[in-house]
Amino acid sequence: MRILKALFRHPSGRIGATVIAIYLVIAVLGALGLTPHNPLKPFPLDRLKAPGGTYWMGTDLLGRDTASRLMLGIGQSFIVAFASVAGATVAGTIIGLLSAWWGSLWDGILMRIMDVLLAFPAILLALLIIAIVGPGPMTSITAIAIVYTPIFARVVRGPSLSLKRREFVDAARTFGSSQRYILSRHLLLNLVAPLTVQVTLALAWALLTEAGLSFLGLGTQPPAPSLGLMLSESKNLMQHAPWLMFFPGLTIMLGILGFNLTGDALRDILDPRTQGRAS
Amino acid sequence: MTTPILSVRDLRVGFGADPKTNEVVRGVSFDLAAGETIGIVGESGSGKSVTALCVNRLVDFGGGRITSGSISLTRADGSLLDITRADERTLRHVRGRDVGMIFQEPMTSLNPVHTIGRQIEEAFRLNRGITGRAATNAARDVLERVRIPDAASRLGYYPHQLSGGMRQRVMIAMALAASPRLLIADEPTTALDVTVQAQIMALLAELREETGMAMIFITHDIGLVAGIADRILVMQGGEVVEQDEVGAVLDHPRHPYTRHLLEAVPHFNSGRAARRDGKRGGPAEPVISVDDLVVRFPVGRRILKPTGAVHAVDGIGFDLLPGETLAIVGESGSGKSTTARAILGLSPKLRGTIAAHAGKTRHPVQMVFQDPFASLNPRLNVENLMAEPAIANGQRKSAALRERMTYLLNRVGLPDDALTRYAHQFSGGQRQRLCIARALMLNPEVVVLDEAVSALDVSVQAQVLDLLVDLQREFGLAYLFISHDMAVVERIAHRIAVMYAGQIVEIGDAAAILSAPQHDYTRRLISAVPAVERRHRHFTVDVTQVPSLVRPAGYEPPPAKWREVGPDHRVRMDAPA
Repeated sequence: MRILKALFRHPSGRIGATVIAIYLVIAVLGALGLTPHNPLKPFPLDRLKAPGGTYWMGTDLLGRDTASRLMLGIGQSFIVAFASVAGATVAGTIIGLLSAWWGSLWDGILMRIMDVLLAFPAILLALLIIAIVGPGPMTSITAIAIVYTPIFARVVRGPSLSLKRREFVDAARTFGSSQRYILSRHLLLNLVAPLTVQVTLALAWALLTEAGLSFLGLGTQPPAPSLGLMLSESKNLMQHAPWLMFFPGLTIMLGILGFNLTGDALRDILDPRTQGRAS
Repeated sequence: MTTPILSVRDLRVGFGADPKTNEVVRGVSFDLAAGETIGIVGESGSGKSVTALCVNRLVDFGGGRITSGSISLTRADGSLLDITRADERTLRHVRGRDVGMIFQEPMTSLNPVHTIGRQIEEAFRLNRGITGRAATNAARDVLERVRIPDAASRLGYYPHQLSGGMRQRVMIAMALAASPRLLIADEPTTALDVTVQAQIMALLAELREETGMAMIFITHDIGLVAGIADRILVMQGGEVVEQDEVGAVLDHPRHPYTRHLLEAVPHFNSGRAARRDGKRGGPAEPVISVDDLVVRFPVGRRILKPTGAVHAVDGIGFDLLPGETLAIVGESGSGKSTTARAILGLSPKLRGTIAAHAGKTRHPVQMVFQDPFASLNPRLNVENLMAEPAIANGQRKSAALRERMTYLLNRVGLPDDALTRYAHQFSGGQRQRLCIARALMLNPEVVVLDEAVSALDVSVQAQVLDLLVDLQREFGLAYLFISHDMAVVERIAHRIAVMYAGQIVEIGDAAAILSAPQHDYTRRLISAVPAVERRHRHFTVDVTQVPSLVRPAGYEPPPAKWREVGPDHRVRMDAPA
């Protein structure tokens, strides 16, 4: 609650959080079927209508309402982004934490594996995974999660290495505290701030990667709409129906902007040097 | 009195967007004659450093603004300059040439990527225009003047290759390069060991005689300034509360705050103030006995096999009886903290036995660390912090546990509502009380106190020491008290073990060791203690360095030979080299 309040006092945090909140509301409305038109059913009579009274954002080649499809697409993209980042956070945190805690040989092995994963461009690695298991939302989630795991592992490992040498960890050892207690209470609890920032920023990237995969036809499969898929469908009609490209593009851009602004604001708020002011 | 070299009148300094409402220095005035030394004494936040930083206007870079008052400085050519009105160009000439400065932490003031020779030569080039071979010669000369042995070869050293005391000497050499008429020393010895501190103080006193420069010496330790200052300025809350000749201030303090400072300073009484209670009587079973403890850290790893080892602790042994305090004293790097960590199993021991008397609990030895902030997890509230030792030993959070926590918190002098608060909401002294209470949660028999009062202000330090003595009597605790401060040790120790270069060189009854130290190092340690009473003593410059503890792999020191001096007082005959 305290962080949310601070977020709304922060100038860019206010904008970012508002954007994300609006997107979430739209996604929920879309998922509940509360769209102005049926997003999946074709209306051949209303093909390629320009934005106007009935269709605010126009219609596509099959006469489906762009606005309704966007509402559904935001939900689809968000599910993939949130699920993949959640997976990456859990896996990366565990790997980073244990790598730092065990140290020496295990640290070397785990972090070199992470380095190998990190060496591939994100989209290429995702392509590789999809090539093996085939396209679909579950594959996108897995692929994006694997791609972002090393980033979380690194974010967690660095501070864990220094936390592990802090005196309160030594003190805990002198009481005979269990490893699990030390890891969860003394290390993980102190990692909440950097993790929160990283999660927010990773959501922006996951959103973009999901759009990229769908654009290439490897993510969400038609007729289900997703932001990247809608962009992909519009590319041949760019000159006849520019709105088909404009609105999904704008949606992706604003979404990423929202997450990035929130991430930057959280970084300011959770920075230990400004902690005194925030509390 | 001659014309003052520096005259400060009604100086006011503020910080922030509106300096007038946020003043940290409020109307300070003093005069400083050529060749005179003034000591500015006060606790943290009293404005003593800010006052001194105004003299060369470095305060501007820290965000401070001089709101009113004047600082007139007599420059080398005899002209008068009002520092408060001078422009940046003039000030650059003033800094270094007229006013030199040395800081608290010499490592951060030196550039780590240049040799000290280059840095000193640069000081000569900027201030005197000396370059090339002449600058190198001048740098060597000035290093010799600050008593750095083998000065010519040291010019090629980097700052990290020198000890803290050596680095501070280099800083002084750089300040001297410009032959300033006024030297500002801002807590120049606070980061140094006590024997090194004595060396630097002696050096400053000698240089002052040689060069005739005036000095402003800033410190929180009134005992330290007593030996060097001609006059003392006592500051509190941005104001000068007392200003007079050194003798007058120390012997007849007029202001209550000065009296408070003088009383709070731990007085060192050469063993006369040692504890009389709890002396060793007949034989008793020790709660902890350490025999031939060795801790080494491998260094210089060359393909799987280390080429040497740091002999951090090298074959020490002692025992501790119930209700007794054994103080381990020594300087940084002497191995005293490593000993404590090894006893608690935090540092791996190479060999030796640590036998803790198996008492009522599974963890009979508990520890209180130096920095109470670092040893408390900032994200947990006091209830969770206090409960941790109990939970770690299989207890559950219950009413009984809460009752015990509240009892212990009250016992160490913390309020009931402390349980719901976080560590950062307490002062330094309260945090250390909290750490003590937490260490008592498991009913320990021994508490290891690793520099437990060193980070506290002097008045708080005295209160925590009293608390420790009370707790010892009440719970029958044995303390292993690790400290570098002889005055503090005198107040709490029954017995003392002096550590030097990883070995115990003298061990025995506290009063005996403090009144009649036998080992050469113990004597040096005791004579270096600054004290108000000792201000007439003249320190001589001594440049003894602590020997390197790195030994080739497989090296074993020869067995120790001990000499019995008294009933409970032993000293090593072979000094570790």
